[in-house]
Amino acid sequence: MPETILKANQLGISFGGLKAVRNFDIDIKEGELVGLIGPNGAGKTTVFNLLTGVYKPTEGTFYLGKQLMNGKKTHEIVASGIARTFQNIRLFKKMTVMENVLIAFTKDMHYGLPGAILRSAAFWKEEEEIRAKALDLLSVFNLQGKADWGAGNLPYGQQRKLEIARALATNAKMLLLDEPAAGMNPTETAELLECINTIRRKFNISILLIEHDMSLVMNICERIVVIDYGEIIAQGLPEEISHNPKVIAAYLGE
Amino acid sequence: MDGLTLFIQQIINGLRVGSVYALIALGYTMVYGIIRLINFAHGDFIMVGAYALFFTVPLMVAAGMPAWLAVIIAIIVCAITGALVEKLAYSPVRAKGTNMSALITAIAMSLFLENFAQTLFGASPKQVKTIFDLPMVFGISGNTLLTITIGMVVMVGLSLFVKYTRTGQAMRAVSEDKNASLLMGINVNRTITITFAIGSGLAAVASLMYVAQYNQVTNMMGSMLGLKAFVAAVLGGIGIIPGAMLGGLVIGIIESLSKAYIAPLTGGIITSAFSDAIVFGILIIVLLVKPAGILGKNTGEKV
Amino acid sequence: MLNKKDRVRSLWVTLLGLGVLMLAIFAADSLGMIDNYIRGIFIQCCFAIVMATSLNLVMGYLGQIALGQAGFMAVGAYTSALVTKAIGLAIKAGTMAPLPLLVQFIIGMLCGAIAAALFGLIVGIPALRLRGDYLAIITLGFGEIIRVVIQNLPFAGGKGLSNGQAGQALIGILKMNDIYILFVITAMCVGIMLAFVRSKFGRAIIAIREDDIASSSTGLNTTFYKVLTFTVSAFFAGIAGAIYAHRGLGTLQHSDFTFLKSTEYVIMVVVGGMGSMTGSVLTAILLSVIPEVLRAFSQYRMLIYSVILVLMMIFRPIGLFGNYEFSLYQLLMKRIRKKKPEPEQTASKGDS
Repeated sequence: MPETILKANQLGISFGGLKAVRNFDIDIKEGELVGLIGPNGAGKTTVFNLLTGVYKPTEGTFYLGKQLMNGKKTHEIVASGIARTFQNIRLFKKMTVMENVLIAFTKDMHYGLPGAILRSAAFWKEEEEIRAKALDLLSVFNLQGKADWGAGNLPYGQQRKLEIARALATNAKMLLLDEPAAGMNPTETAELLECINTIRRKFNISILLIEHDMSLVMNICERIVVIDYGEIIAQGLPEEISHNPKVIAAYLGE
Repeated sequence: MDGLTLFIQQIINGLRVGSVYALIALGYTMVYGIIRLINFAHGDFIMVGAYALFFTVPLMVAAGMPAWLAVIIAIIVCAITGALVEKLAYSPVRAKGTNMSALITAIAMSLFLENFAQTLFGASPKQVKTIFDLPMVFGISGNTLLTITIGMVVMVGLSLFVKYTRTGQAMRAVSEDKNASLLMGINVNRTITITFAIGSGLAAVASLMYVAQYNQVTNMMGSMLGLKAFVAAVLGGIGIIPGAMLGGLVIGIIESLSKAYIAPLTGGIITSAFSDAIVFGILIIVLLVKPAGILGKNTGEKV
Repeated sequence: MLNKKDRVRSLWVTLLGLGVLMLAIFAADSLGMIDNYIRGIFIQCCFAIVMATSLNLVMGYLGQIALGQAGFMAVGAYTSALVTKAIGLAIKAGTMAPLPLLVQFIIGMLCGAIAAALFGLIVGIPALRLRGDYLAIITLGFGEIIRVVIQNLPFAGGKGLSNGQAGQALIGILKMNDIYILFVITAMCVGIMLAFVRSKFGRAIIAIREDDIASSSTGLNTTFYKVLTFTVSAFFAGIAGAIYAHRGLGTLQHSDFTFLKSTEYVIMVVVGGMGSMTGSVLTAILLSVIPEVLRAFSQYRMLIYSVILVLMMIFRPIGLFGNYEFSLYQLLMKRIRKKKPEPEQTASKGDS
């Protein structure tokens, strides 16, 4: 029985009087790929922000494994094992492709200030290690040849991939992808699909995916959660969801 | 003098200097509201206005007209200076650069104005003749009352202007969302220039009241004034017009009280630098406790 | 991209280059070319270099405008001066074994640097929560507060809290104007800061500068790195202060550490190029030497600087050197490689 990686209970947040998200329950198992869909403004990114500590929940709880994550700061949550990408790509555009990935290894590096200044053995060892790891990771996405490119110079589709690579470099167990296929043409979307399948195989990582592109969602999600106006209106297999009248109504806007 | 009278006297002193701060803060807050930039040089526009007065007041007196009419010329001079600074320095940097380069440009402009004035007029202070000769009212100097009144009038006038005129509404629109304003057909650059001109013109009015009270003009007078007025604007709520007024008066009172009460405690060495330090201390506290200021509301960054 | 072998070789080449420079200075000295006037300028270059590079850590790499660096310099200056004075007195009184002047200076300098770093911590923790404009003003405020407090302390000539006599202003400070020692200290400071920047720390703060939120989501504790950088920067400002205090005049004035002084270093960093240590070093030297050479125009100095600054911001905001970093090793390698054709290498920004 695969264990639960991410569990949210009645998670919610209110801004002033407005309840942006409420009663959000989810249970994601190891290696699962779950889709999070809903019309614009439904609160999907807000859920991500809650799960990564950008917002502090005003109600409910969420756990990564056995650890309570409420109130933790973003970097603490990332250190525990949840990583994300952003709707508008947030790469370090002026740094190189390689550097973007190296950054994510920083939290796991052990040499300190004296080590850096005196160039200790640990410094050299760790700096070489992370470069090797970075190249390995980049090759999964076929980006190793462009390691010295400025990240902003990559074509759009590859920038997305780099952002995912950077998230994976944090050694995450739970990956939150926020509209990775946004702005992509069908070829790029197909590549992305390949990509996601590959990382699932390689890293046995759980993924929660926000997407508007229904072909992608129906194709790879094992399960789908639908939210509207901040609340879950349906959960289930892709087949069921696509025929669910409430879901259809939400998208068509009754 | 018994304790209470002393206290009230200090409050009144505070209102006097605070009302000047309030006038300066109004200009600061207007400009900040629209371009989200601390115009470091704003205090130096006071200095520009003051030098203008230094030259024009004697002219007015010689022409047999009331001395304070010289402020009209000062306003024009300041407004033009402000518009020029905006068009020649701030605008190109804003278009091409980052927030950082914009701030550095403001610092550079401030240095430029201070040093240019020194080159032109020398470093020694100039005296300006008394502009107003007003009677005391209930023990408060006429100058103080006039300054506060002008401040109130300006504040109300600005609020009405911003609310009801097209230019004023354009200013509000640009300060809320520059891109949307562009799309609505508002000439953003022109609006910004006008805002600068008005803000700098206000500085001239402030310089009138300052010079009327303190009579001295030096090239460095603007820098501390400007910083304190900035603290006042932040205290009241940056970008909020009544906030500038409130903040100015509060800072003035605090400064006055600290000069009166802390000095005896520390062996009378309360130099003006010390009260400056206190004003900075207030800024630090405000920014840490409630950065939006007394009248302000908080907004976060969208992820 | 440089690997360990290249980096170590680069270090040896740099040391060699510095050694050559030192020999050149020695040669000039032996020929009697270095009089007190030149010595004074040299020392000025030294503390200007350390100040500018320390400020560059915060402005260039962390991307924040700090207007109070002179405050940390002041802390370093006064602390180190007091310590060396105390040591001097203790040695005279026989309670301490006589130490060579260099050791006394180094102890004082380190005390000054640590004190400055402490203040950097105190200022950094609140200040770094704020956004650009506000951070700038708050650092200005702290710089002024530090200076005003020092001004009123007895050892700096103020009256302190007792309603009594003004204290004796600080005079009779130890003299450390040995150019070789100061050269080595300056080089070490710059070297340490470069090492800091070319490590996980440098990467982290550049990333934070680019995108704070994205940095958090890669697991970086942004507050920690920001405060750390600020503290390190203050540490070196303290060292510069110590060099300044012991430069030979024997006294310290609190008016040496005003906002105007902070601004001078801001100008050096901005004009040199935020993010280029090379730029900071060269501009520090330039702006220390030129005012001396052009003494006749000293009253126009700030006017000219301000105009240059505005023009730079409009036409070349990245500064003279951008984020270019000079490397003697890379220069030599290029010369050597010029003979052989190389596959096209895409540019990288020095070490990563």
